[in-house]
Parts: sequence; C-alpha cells; structure tokens
Amino acid sequence: MTTSSLRLRAGLVSIALLAAFLGVWHLATRSTGTVATMSPEYAKLMGLTATQGKSAMPGPLDVGAKLWEHLRRPFYDNGPNDKGLGIQLGYSIARVGMGYLLAVLVAIPLGFLIGMSPLLSKALDPFIQVLKPISPLAWMPLALYTIKDSSISAIFVIFICSIWPMLLNTVFGVASVRKEWINVARTLEVGTLRRAFTVILPAAAPTILTGMRISIGIAWLVIVAAEMLVGGTGIGYFVWNEWNNLSITNVIIAILLIGVVGMLLDQILARFTRMVTFPE
Amino acid sequence: MSIFDNPFDPDRNLRAGCACGQHQSAVEHEQATALRCDPIESEEKRYEGVVASAVMRAMFPQDVARRAFLKSVGASTALAALSQFFPLQTATEVFAQTGTPEKKDLKVGFIPITCATPIIMAAPLGFYSKHGLNVDVVKTAGWAVIRDKTINKEYDAAHMLAPMPLAISLGLGANAIPFAVPAIENINGQGIVLATKHKDKRDPKDWKGMKFAIPFDYSMHNYLLRYYLAEHGIDPDTDVQLRSVPPPEMVANLRADNIDGFLAPDNICQRAIYDGVGFMHLLSKEIWDGHPCCSFAASREFITTAPNSFAALTRAIVDATAYASKAENRKQIAEAIAPANYINAPVTVLEQVLTGTYADGLGGVKTDAKRVDFDPFPWQSFAVWMLTQMKRWGQIKGDVDYKAVAEQVYLATDTRKLMTEMGLSPPASAYKSFAVMGKTFDPAKPEDYVASFKIRKAS
Repeated sequence: MTTSSLRLRAGLVSIALLAAFLGVWHLATRSTGTVATMSPEYAKLMGLTATQGKSAMPGPLDVGAKLWEHLRRPFYDNGPNDKGLGIQLGYSIARVGMGYLLAVLVAIPLGFLIGMSPLLSKALDPFIQVLKPISPLAWMPLALYTIKDSSISAIFVIFICSIWPMLLNTVFGVASVRKEWINVARTLEVGTLRRAFTVILPAAAPTILTGMRISIGIAWLVIVAAEMLVGGTGIGYFVWNEWNNLSITNVIIAILLIGVVGMLLDQILARFTRMVTFPE
Repeated sequence: MSIFDNPFDPDRNLRAGCACGQHQSAVEHEQATALRCDPIESEEKRYEGVVASAVMRAMFPQDVARRAFLKSVGASTALAALSQFFPLQTATEVFAQTGTPEKKDLKVGFIPITCATPIIMAAPLGFYSKHGLNVDVVKTAGWAVIRDKTINKEYDAAHMLAPMPLAISLGLGANAIPFAVPAIENINGQGIVLATKHKDKRDPKDWKGMKFAIPFDYSMHNYLLRYYLAEHGIDPDTDVQLRSVPPPEMVANLRADNIDGFLAPDNICQRAIYDGVGFMHLLSKEIWDGHPCCSFAASREFITTAPNSFAALTRAIVDATAYASKAENRKQIAEAIAPANYINAPVTVLEQVLTGTYADGLGGVKTDAKRVDFDPFPWQSFAVWMLTQMKRWGQIKGDVDYKAVAEQVYLATDTRKLMTEMGLSPPASAYKSFAVMGKTFDPAKPEDYVASFKIRKAS
C-alpha cells in the first residue's frame, strides 16, 4: 500500500463526507410547506419564513450564492459600519498581528530569563500560574476602563491571551536543553549571551515555536469574541452586525472564513516549526 | 433699536413705543412675541432675511438715512441692488453655520434601532454636512459599550436611552460623570411582543411566572413594562422574570422559547412579527402616548470644550427630527437607514415601523400613524418621571432632588433657544403634566407620585 493511494482514498472519503453533510443540510432546511393562509395584504408585510414556510436556517445553496457575492467584491467600503469581508478580515489580522508580536517580544526574552535562572523560575511561578487560566475576555472590562480605547483594548486582550503558552513553552524549552550541550559550551568558555544564542536558542527553538503555534490559535479564537464586544471593525464585528440583522447566511459565511484564516495562520507557524526542527 | 425689526420698512417709527423697547407699539410687541413661535416657510428664507437686514443696517447705520434711501428706491429694489454687489447667498450660508465648530470631524455612536432614526438619517440625508459637520455615525454593540465609549471620548456624542444620561450623571451603574441631553430622539415607537403561543393570554393577570426581556436596566422599556405589569397587579420583581437582553438577541431568544415576550424598541418588535415568531400585544403608545424613548446625549465636558460643535450637532439633530416627524418623509427615511452601514434590516420592516401600517402578527393589518413619532424637545418633566421610576424600583436609594437633576441633565432652556433661532416653535415651559395609563403625573409633586403606587420596591 503506497502513501499516494492512501492520500487519494483519504481525499475521496473527505469529499464523500462533505457531500453527505451538504446533502443532509440541504434536506433539513427545505421549506416545510405548512403555511397558514393569510390575506395578500398581510403577507406583503411579512417575511419569507412566515409566508412561504421557509426555514429560518439557510440551506447550502443560499450560503453558496451569498459567499460568491462576497468573494466577488471583498474590498468595498460603504462607510464606517459596512465594509467588505476582505477589509474586515484585514482589520482582524492586523489586530491579532500586533497583539501577537508584542507578546512574542515580551514572552521569548522573559522565557529565556526564567528558563536560565532557577531562582526567577521559582519566584515568578505563582504569578504565572494564577494569570494563565484567566479567560482573556475577562480582561476586557478592565482594559476598556483603564486604557480608554476600544481598539487598543482589543490588542491588549490578544497580547495577554497569547503570551502564556509562548512564555511557558519558552521556559520549558530553555530549561530542558540537554545538560551535556550546556556543559560542553561551558568547557569551551562560551559567554552567557553567546551560549543563549548559539546553544540554547537552536536547541529550544522547536518547543518555542510549538508555543507560538498554540498562541496564534488562541489569539485568533479570541479576536472574534473581542470584536463582537467592542464593535467597529473586524470579522467579529461583521458576525455581530449580521446577527443583528438575523442574517444567518452571512454568519455561516463568516464562520467558514474564520476557520480558513485560522487554519492558514496555523499552517504558517507549522511550517516554521518544521524549519527549525532537527533530528537528534 | 433691535436687530429683529425690519430695516426695509421705510415707514418704521424710529421712536420705541412698547414695554420692551423693541417694537413700535404695544400691539406690535404682542404680535411679535406671538409670531416668534410660527415656523417660517423655509430655513434659507429665514436666514436670508436676517442676513439682508444686517447688511442693510451696516450700510446705513443711521436709521434716518436708511429710511430716506428706502423711500426713494423701494424695499425690493434696495434688496435686489444689495444682492447685486454683496454676496448675500454666501453670507447667508456662513451665517447659517453660526460659530465655526471647534471640531468638525465628529463621531456619534448609535444602536441599530429605529429610535436612532434622526441620528442615523442625518448622515445619508446630509443634515450633518448642512450644519458644517463631518460626522461618522458608528454602530455600537450595546448600551453598556456605548456608555463606556462616550465616557472614554471615543464618541463625541451618542444615542442613549433617555434615562441613561440621568443614571450616568447620578453615578448609577457607572462612575458619576455629568452628561446632558439636548434632544429627545423619538417618542412612542416601542411595543410589547409576545410569543405566538401566548396569543390567547392577552390579559396581563395571566402572565405570572413568564419571562420578559428588556434592553437595559436604565431604559424606558424597563420602566414602562414594570408600570404596565404593576397596574395589572403583577409585581415585576417577584411574579415575573425581567432580563436585560440586547435587542437583536431578543428575536432569537423568542424563537428558541427562552423568553415569553419582550418590551423592546422597534424594528425589533416588527422583526419578530416579520419572522413569524411573535405578535404585537400592545404598542407602548397605549401605555403612555407621547412617552420619550431614546435621547441624544453628550458629556458636559464636550459641551464646554466644543460649544459650537455641540450647537451645530444639536441643530442637525433637531433639523433631522423635524424632518422625520413629517409622515410624507417616512418612506424615504426607511430606505435611507436600511442598508448594512446603518440599521441593517429589511426595508419592509422599517417601513412598517415608520409609516405605522403594520402586520400585527395575528393576521391583521393595523394602522397607527403615531406608532413612532419624533419630537426633539427635552421636557424636564420626562426626566422627573424617569427619576420617580428609578426611585420606585430601588435604582435610586435615598433622597433625590428631582428638579435639580432634571434641569441639569435635560437642557430644555438651551434647546428652546436653539429651536427658536431655527424658526421652530418650542413650548414655553419645560414641564408638562401627562397621563400614564390614565393616571396623571404632576411633575411638581414627584415624592407623592412615588408614594402613590401600591406595587414598588420597599426602600
């Protein structure tokens, strides 16, 4: 059994599953057909759900048509509250990027420091243990209150939620570098800074990148919720705005896109991880 | 000599002859005071008149000389000649803007409901730009967020529920920050919607144990629903459950059977009917005809740091409100505010709300042109009523100086002045008595009013 045929068969199963899912979805959301009789004058004032017994849940065809509409013009701008999906996603990615980058800048040096010093590691441990499990959205009211700016608050929330996995993984990676390698470096009288960059960093890199990969996933999860709260721009705002209009079709499209972008972000980090992984 | 009399009148008596010294005779004085409340046919005409008078006076500062000139050429010729070499049109435009706004680019927050109609429509229909402002109207997720963003100065002014500025100024549910209301957005325009399965339970006495949603604790919706229930012998604190739910989630919750009904702002009520999940039990108008709902609010700080911007903003809102109050404009407004950039709702729904011809959810079509109406004047008696209800339901503990708070937050005097300048006819008093479900409210005796209710929270 070759791997290529396995891949082929897995692909076929995937497609079959998708087709089955879409089929069931389509059947489940067909019009029920039971419609109360109403005067035409009254019917004109009512929605399709009430007049044609149309399911409140859109079918795959509705979603597909709407998705095509969005994809055809992703960057339109009709004013501050109505922008294309491309622009909304851009805002979200920019926010995630900023908060995440700040977290990288803080977590990795700090992680090195903690990992290389047993004293700091013990001293900071209780703080990290308490702060780590806090839901990032719980920070939101506090951030809004103190920072007094909703978009910076959103970035802060991304920062605070993506810092912990990176920090812990960096600490773990740095602390568990093989003692032999450090000892060799010591015998060769390599300085601390040089030791950190030439021995520990390459050795700990795969663990650090795993932490970064976990973080980006969390950051992307959180941005949607944060934007739903503060509003204005971003894919989370788009979901909220369409929810406001009870447009489930657009909400489903947004869900789909959030998934795709999340997967892409994860794949990018996965590729980096593979680049720094080494065989022992 | 006043700037209000007509300098183009050659027969004008130059000796003052009335009590205030501004008019030629006591009769004319009376006429003028009465006339001040009549709207002039158009704003442009009105401003034009004022500007032309000012120019005429500037050219002939001597009354006698001006009179001689007018007598020899006639008033209309004089005006025509004047406009030949003086850009009256431009001067009028400049005058209409009055003081230059300190800040032209403003952000105004709103919640996507039809109560915000004047705030929203002022953008697509150009009321802000007419008053020299460049305003971004920004959709906001909920009342708490709009409050925080306005307090944080991300918004210069915002759409708020009418009791919110009172609550914020008093420090209820937020830090006490002085806020002010220059204009009420809408009157009426809310409704009690029940799930379709309750269509035979129209008597509120049968509602014990039901769950109702309201948009916010400090809302007219909360007070009106509580009032309505209490008048029917239901204690809103013990007999039913009231939940604070963001309006868009109300329809979904009603469909999912999580709540039995709600007193919500429109378009949410009509949306529930449109989607076939509920019916209109009662318009809020039937509880209190002419009740305020939402307000246009700004912090005192904004008003003092940018008084001209604030005045221009208020003018734009008052202007838009006056436009929205005309039935013939409502269809156009519905179309202007329906897109995703604004309310983001089907036009059919908005039209039903604004025109007042609507499906009631039980198979009938009803018509009530006053289902929602727009009247900008911030009656201080409205504020006093809201404070009595805050007191009644235990939101305010201890004593409150009703009148002082109402007068500090509801800027009736300033708005009256502004409306008069705009040629509208504001009421002379800031207090009026009104009836809520047949019970008269006397704004002069708030404490007695609170005490007169049998059902209220023991304080």
